[in-house]
Amino acid sequence: MKVVLKNLTKRFPNRNKKIHEDVIAVNDFSFEIPDGQLIGLLGPSGCGKSTTLNMISGLEKPTSGRIFFGDDDVTEVPAENRGVGLVFQNYALYPHLTVRNNILFPLQNLKGENRLSKEVMNQKAEEAAKMVQISEYMDRKPSELSGGQQQRVAIARALVKMPRILLLDEPLSNLDARLRLQTREELRRIQRETGITTVFVTHDQEEAMSISDMIVVMKDGILQQIGKPQEVYDHPVNLFVAKFLGTPAINVFAGSVRDGKLYMGDDAVMDVPGVADRDVHVGIRPEAFIPDENGPFKARLSRIEVMGRDTSVLSEHPAFEGRTIRSIIDSDDEVKTKDGYVLFSLKPNKVHIFDKETELVIEREAQ
Amino acid sequence: MKTNGFKGWLYLLPAILFLGIFMIYPLVDVIVYSFEEGYNFASQSFFGYGLYNFSYVLHDPFFLQAVKNTFIIVMITVPVSTGISLLISLGLNSIKPLKELFQTIFFLPYVTNTLAVGLVFMILFKKTAYSDGLMNLLINAFGGSSVDFIDGPYWAKITVMCIYTVWIVMPFKILILTSALAGVKQDYYNAAKVDGTSRFRTFYKITLPMISPMIFYLVITGFIGAFKAYSDEVAIFGTNLNAAGMNTIVGYVYDMLYGDSGGYPSYASAASLILFAIVFTITVINLMISKKNVQY
Repeated sequence: MKVVLKNLTKRFPNRNKKIHEDVIAVNDFSFEIPDGQLIGLLGPSGCGKSTTLNMISGLEKPTSGRIFFGDDDVTEVPAENRGVGLVFQNYALYPHLTVRNNILFPLQNLKGENRLSKEVMNQKAEEAAKMVQISEYMDRKPSELSGGQQQRVAIARALVKMPRILLLDEPLSNLDARLRLQTREELRRIQRETGITTVFVTHDQEEAMSISDMIVVMKDGILQQIGKPQEVYDHPVNLFVAKFLGTPAINVFAGSVRDGKLYMGDDAVMDVPGVADRDVHVGIRPEAFIPDENGPFKARLSRIEVMGRDTSVLSEHPAFEGRTIRSIIDSDDEVKTKDGYVLFSLKPNKVHIFDKETELVIEREAQ
Repeated sequence: MKTNGFKGWLYLLPAILFLGIFMIYPLVDVIVYSFEEGYNFASQSFFGYGLYNFSYVLHDPFFLQAVKNTFIIVMITVPVSTGISLLISLGLNSIKPLKELFQTIFFLPYVTNTLAVGLVFMILFKKTAYSDGLMNLLINAFGGSSVDFIDGPYWAKITVMCIYTVWIVMPFKILILTSALAGVKQDYYNAAKVDGTSRFRTFYKITLPMISPMIFYLVITGFIGAFKAYSDEVAIFGTNLNAAGMNTIVGYVYDMLYGDSGGYPSYASAASLILFAIVFTITVINLMISKKNVQY
């Protein structure tokens, strides 16, 4: 099922009653989720991603804009008739019911001709439980399960009625790091197996990047960028997206473009053909640095961290907008210093330049 | 470790002392009294030990009347008051404007003096030479004939008593239930909504189980409180409850001690032990039922 959001806007009255201006949680949000894809809604806390999810589920009514499931306009359809499955951040499993009854609950709601026989219901519940691998816990209460198992039960409960769309609100945030890794693989597998269009909300960019078909980056209720994870990572449209994606984070420098060359301080570090002269932010991914004795980029070395697989070189540069530049190099590469300085050449496709004022990316001609 | 044990007892001493003097000793004394036959209040002497006091009390028509009254009041008021409180709490929980105001209004009876409320009920229900009372005016308006609720037939009196008791115990229940309802996380309702759960089923399958511990708490304390009722009856029917035929078990105990026919601490002790046995049995039954039904 394809999901289309058109000019979706949600305003809340301000909590502080003295301020009459509404809070805009989601602002003129439009995008299309292709059928059968796994979409990660990504953004910092308070960026409106959960509100967007709640509007898709029908728990929140948009102030304006339309929501389509396939060709049906569901904007006015109440949550109970939308046929969505929703997994809550804290799972919201009914504590007084066993796992089996929790999973059966949505099926038992069906009325009239949709009502299934007891055997079919049980069979469906068993299938859903098997899919998320909790079959052996069917007669336990949620409180007798670990966080990860509860999470699976919540997913099974959302899946059992074969929803048109599966929505997950911060599905992994209550799990420990190890379980999170495992569960996100599970999530991916379950989504693949069922082929249900799935939207999940997260503030963890790594999580979103690793399993999504597409990620949607939001900030302050405004859509920043949509695309395949790698695409968004490689071609951020603005400084926010560039900073938000990637660990370690991108290194941002103050720089300027003069005569088709990118300057940081007094050093020209790279050719940027076709870009008019101006002041810019320069974003350099940690993996863009290549140790090179004749390289154009010169930074004062502060420390080297050996991580095994690769090596982190920490250095300082006067034009850097943060404190310590972090570059990641192959552990086989030798870092040579000259008077306490380390020299790098840069991978041009890992360097992004942004307008100083608008912070939008500046496109440059291919080299 | 040994000194720790000693210290522990030392710290407990004040509490043990007070509890021992003011609770355990009187309790034991009551039991002793109840078995002392022919106790004379003036000379503080008695003939011997036996079960005569219990036999006397159980054969006393006033006591049997009191037991009957108490049971009727308990069996009617506890379920009715809990049910109505639940409905009101559900209503309070679902409105937004003026919620605080209504909560305050519903809580007012709790802070009002029992006797003052009794007076108001007298005015509402009492039939005098000058006025039939507000209730009778209403009954007349619907074509019925006036009933003397305070000095009239038994069923009228017990009705007033039940209405009064329900009214006086509801505020506390509403207070407890509204906070219990507010404590049910919105996520459960959202989950139920997304799954297309009907309102009745949401209430029956989610809300009710979630607040069931509180409901059972209210039922158990409600039973205990109603069995011990006395002041409410006095507020409406005056101190001579036996004459009105509206005595309760606690009222009987009081009469046996200090009433016009009083001065029989042995009978009073026997009656209060019988009350204790009844309350204990009912509470055990309640707890057994609640263990079965409160599932988490």
